[in-house]
Amino acid sequence: MTARFVRVGETDRARVTFSIDGRPASGLEGDSLLVAVLTETGHLRHSEFGDGPRAGFCLMGACQDCWMWTEEGERLRACTTPLKTGMRVVTERPDREWLKTAS
Amino acid sequence: MAENRIVIVGAGPAGVRAAEALVEAGRRPIVIDEERRDGGQIYRRQPDGFRRTGTDLYGSEAQRAAALHKTFEGLKDRIDYRPDTPAWNVADGRLHIVNELQSESLAYGALIIAAGATDRLMPIRGWNRAGVYSLGGAQIALKAQACAIGRKVVFLGSGPLLYLVASQYLKAGASVEAVLDTARYYRRIKALPKLLARPDTLLKGIALTRHVKRSGVRLLTGATPLEIGSDGEGGVGSVSVRLPSGETETIACDAVGLGYHLRPETQLADLARCAFRFDGQTRQWLPEVDEHGRSSVQGVYLAGDGSRTLGADGAEAAGRLAALAVLQDQGHGVAAGEMARLARRTARMERFRQGLAEAFPWPHEAAAALADDTVICRCETITVGELRTVAREAGASELNRAKAFSRVGMGRCQGRFCGHAAAEVVAAAADIPLEQVGRLRGQAPVKPLPIATGRARS
Repeated sequence: MTARFVRVGETDRARVTFSIDGRPASGLEGDSLLVAVLTETGHLRHSEFGDGPRAGFCLMGACQDCWMWTEEGERLRACTTPLKTGMRVVTERPDREWLKTAS
Repeated sequence: MAENRIVIVGAGPAGVRAAEALVEAGRRPIVIDEERRDGGQIYRRQPDGFRRTGTDLYGSEAQRAAALHKTFEGLKDRIDYRPDTPAWNVADGRLHIVNELQSESLAYGALIIAAGATDRLMPIRGWNRAGVYSLGGAQIALKAQACAIGRKVVFLGSGPLLYLVASQYLKAGASVEAVLDTARYYRRIKALPKLLARPDTLLKGIALTRHVKRSGVRLLTGATPLEIGSDGEGGVGSVSVRLPSGETETIACDAVGLGYHLRPETQLADLARCAFRFDGQTRQWLPEVDEHGRSSVQGVYLAGDGSRTLGADGAEAAGRLAALAVLQDQGHGVAAGEMARLARRTARMERFRQGLAEAFPWPHEAAAALADDTVICRCETITVGELRTVAREAGASELNRAKAFSRVGMGRCQGRFCGHAAAEVVAAAADIPLEQVGRLRGQAPVKPLPIATGRARS
């Protein structure tokens, strides 16, 4: 999927590498996780209520729409989490398969 | 010690000016800030390593922003500043905060709540699609991260922020497809007498609108929002509105900035048991405050957009005024003349605020017109139809009861973005006045806490 956000300035910052769903990705130093992901792809997660992809909404930590996960299962609120080198984030809950089996 | 301790929630314009007044009087307040750095949302700072100038970031308000940041730098050693620390409850004279998974409660003699505001939203079919952002969110993407929310952006809603954000996007070189205002143009003319209470601010607003118009962007007033269409992958593909002429207009885009003014963050005031009153003009419940910012609860003071939307400079005045009220109530000598002067200023700003509410009204009638399959709760994908059913068939015409039955307002945002519209939907479905529906009660924690949060010293 194509990137959602468009950088309109401040592009001469150092590159930071990380991964989204196991695929290599890169952002810039000073990016929030949300911005780093949305300048690479179109969404952050899928709604657990089945209405499609979500890409955040308020960007100020109030709506709680932008949660992602690390591969280890830690939840991250993407709009208030700074991007760090080597972050491995996923757009689906890592324990989702287990939940499906359990139900 | 705790009897006199002063705690401020928020380090935006109101919180910073409150802290400054307290430090001037020889006090050392604790300042709780959910953000990593001071400035609040309006004067949010860009991360280290960004090089845009103050004028790039804050436009005509660059000097005010710089002054506020400078003031705070000067205060840092003389206050107990706690950044990255959400406040999540107020109970029995204690403020509960959390930092790095450590929860702590602070007993206070005086609590100044300057918690700011978030966008006020009216749902539209498709607003749960990826690529729809609140106007404030669209502004933060640009201000804090130098990003536009899409390649082809439409701004939809009403209020000063609609034009401010559109103008900021255009200046930054982003592509704006259209600005769609639900308010009719003539309302601005009718509101002029009140808007003239602040001629400078009015002129700045006119300049913004003119900038948007002269940029060649389509600017439509009196638009009735119909739908945000899909791009085929669950993201935004278009916006449809009905024009006053009756024609339907569909504009292709990949992002929407949506919002209707701001709504104050009142959950902490609610948990502190402050009394609220219904404001008929803007159709919302607001905490009661006296002219200096005292709430109905002794020791609890409210300032800034978290109490009344007076804008950033209004928040600076209200923050200082609330701090002076604290000092006066704790027995310090306070210059009565300054308090009276600040109260007159905020009263003038209040008149301007009323003018803005007249010029760019909350489109409450849109709630009754929403199709049943429109999602009202973005958190849990609950539709307007489900809410109407509980209001009509389960007799849940009180908002908290409707919430319990439908879960609208119970999701992760805790009703911040659906609550005002939900009240309108219930009132229309039950055919009762809005004030009879009541308001969503604040619930602790007002922001989600990690399960791993432990208890620190208290």
